[in-house]
Amino acid sequence: MKPLLAISFSSLANSFHQWLTAMFANDMAVMVTEMVVVGISLIVFLVLLSFFLGYMERKVAAFMQIRLGPNRVGPKGSLQIVADTVKLLFKEGLTPDNADKFLFNLAPFIMVITSMLVVAPIAFARDFQIWDISIGVLYVSSVSSITVIGILMAGWSSNNKYSLLGAMRSGAQIVSYELSIGLSLISIVVLSGSLSLGDIVNSQVNGWWIFKGHIPVVIAFIVFIIASTAEINRAPFDMAEAEQELTAGFHTEYAGMKFAMFLLSEYINLFVVSAIAATIFLGGWMPLHIGNWQAFNQAMDYIPSSLWFFGKTFTIIFIIMWFRWTFPRLRVDQLLNLEWKYLLPISMVNVILVTVMAIMGWHF
Amino acid sequence: MNASTMVFYILSAVILGGALLSVTAKKIFRAAVFLLFSLIGIAGLYFYLNYEFIAAVQIVVYVGGIVVLIIFSIFLTHESGRDMKEPSMISNLFAVFACCFAAALTYLFIKEEHFNATPNPTLEPSARNIGTQMLDITRYGYILPFEAVSILLLAAMIGCIVIAIKLKPKE
Repeated sequence: MKPLLAISFSSLANSFHQWLTAMFANDMAVMVTEMVVVGISLIVFLVLLSFFLGYMERKVAAFMQIRLGPNRVGPKGSLQIVADTVKLLFKEGLTPDNADKFLFNLAPFIMVITSMLVVAPIAFARDFQIWDISIGVLYVSSVSSITVIGILMAGWSSNNKYSLLGAMRSGAQIVSYELSIGLSLISIVVLSGSLSLGDIVNSQVNGWWIFKGHIPVVIAFIVFIIASTAEINRAPFDMAEAEQELTAGFHTEYAGMKFAMFLLSEYINLFVVSAIAATIFLGGWMPLHIGNWQAFNQAMDYIPSSLWFFGKTFTIIFIIMWFRWTFPRLRVDQLLNLEWKYLLPISMVNVILVTVMAIMGWHF
Repeated sequence: MNASTMVFYILSAVILGGALLSVTAKKIFRAAVFLLFSLIGIAGLYFYLNYEFIAAVQIVVYVGGIVVLIIFSIFLTHESGRDMKEPSMISNLFAVFACCFAAALTYLFIKEEHFNATPNPTLEPSARNIGTQMLDITRYGYILPFEAVSILLLAAMIGCIVIAIKLKPKE
């Protein structure tokens, strides 16, 4: 299996590593330089990505509502988000009176850092991954659970009852929807027999889990998409922000760059959730392979793995954006009912089904 | 001092500093947040030791679970915005005594312990090995404590539901 392009992300990373090893004699210097380079490129990538997602969100919203969306700044309005960022940069970062200043300023950082940490185990292309940690799935679900503390911190330290209400709502929401996310991830862990995201991608070499795993995996996929939309506080589950009821909830009091950081973390979370869904259920960078159809599989291999990854991820991002303009917002009690009375029992039964399927070897 | 030692000292500083700030903070919500830093530092220490599974469990259980629970209960019960009362002189005195004794006891244990390496073959702390060991029914397996803890947790869960359940009044 030789890819069509001689240059891939992994070959670039390898040649950079060899160049660095030749430059520095010291192993530690190489390691530190690589860490710094990876960190900076990750931050630049994520910021550019959230610019793009902001633009995409507006255009998708406009498309759904049969209007044009941003179209003045730059070609097709593509520089609108740059203009917005400049505006946010120049805005004064206010801290309300009687607010706990330390926690108020800390909260946006916690949000952004946790969302960036979760990107670490995601494989962007063949052999191109920051950290192939052996417990990838568990790492993702554990680190993303810190987000709720950032939200609670922001809501409480704003010294504003709407913010506190929003934070409490989102706390209840994130804590409960985590369960469904965990259970739907476990169903694939059971099938592939590994927690590492790299192994999970490799286990889909003869077909993606969503095709190999029959209906239980499709159910797990749907549960994952619903629960993760709730987990990242996006409509129709945006109780925490709920513009019309709580005037933006936990980040009402934030302005300027601190507000921009909440926005950044929201878009990174959107990307991470979609990337995890694409990796776990749709094979990540793995091209569409069907069992033993050698010719077909090879033809699919000619498409670069990074294109597969980003294609799948953006399809899921589009679906989540589509939700936002299709469903009305739920009430708090409806939201908790949906999780505890429907999604959680369904995903528990589903895990048992998947386990039986894995033991009997009924999947492909 | 190499990079590894430096990382260790930074992590220790985060853990100890977080713990210290947590007990000296005036506002109870701040104390919870400093406790969070201390617990994340401990998770970092596990990552440093390559115990990735334990580190993730530390984050899930303590950071995602216990600290969130603490914060919720602070929101629900305490006047979280106010400064806490200064403790009385006598309780300060006893706290100092308790700290001294605990430090002395810890020092004694560390001094007596020789930290010999175990002769047993090392086992990779992967999730698979931990899981197999947990459910092992041979001599060194942990199936009995595992099941006992599971039953305890199940009982706690049922207890929570019984407390929280709202019975509809009979017409």
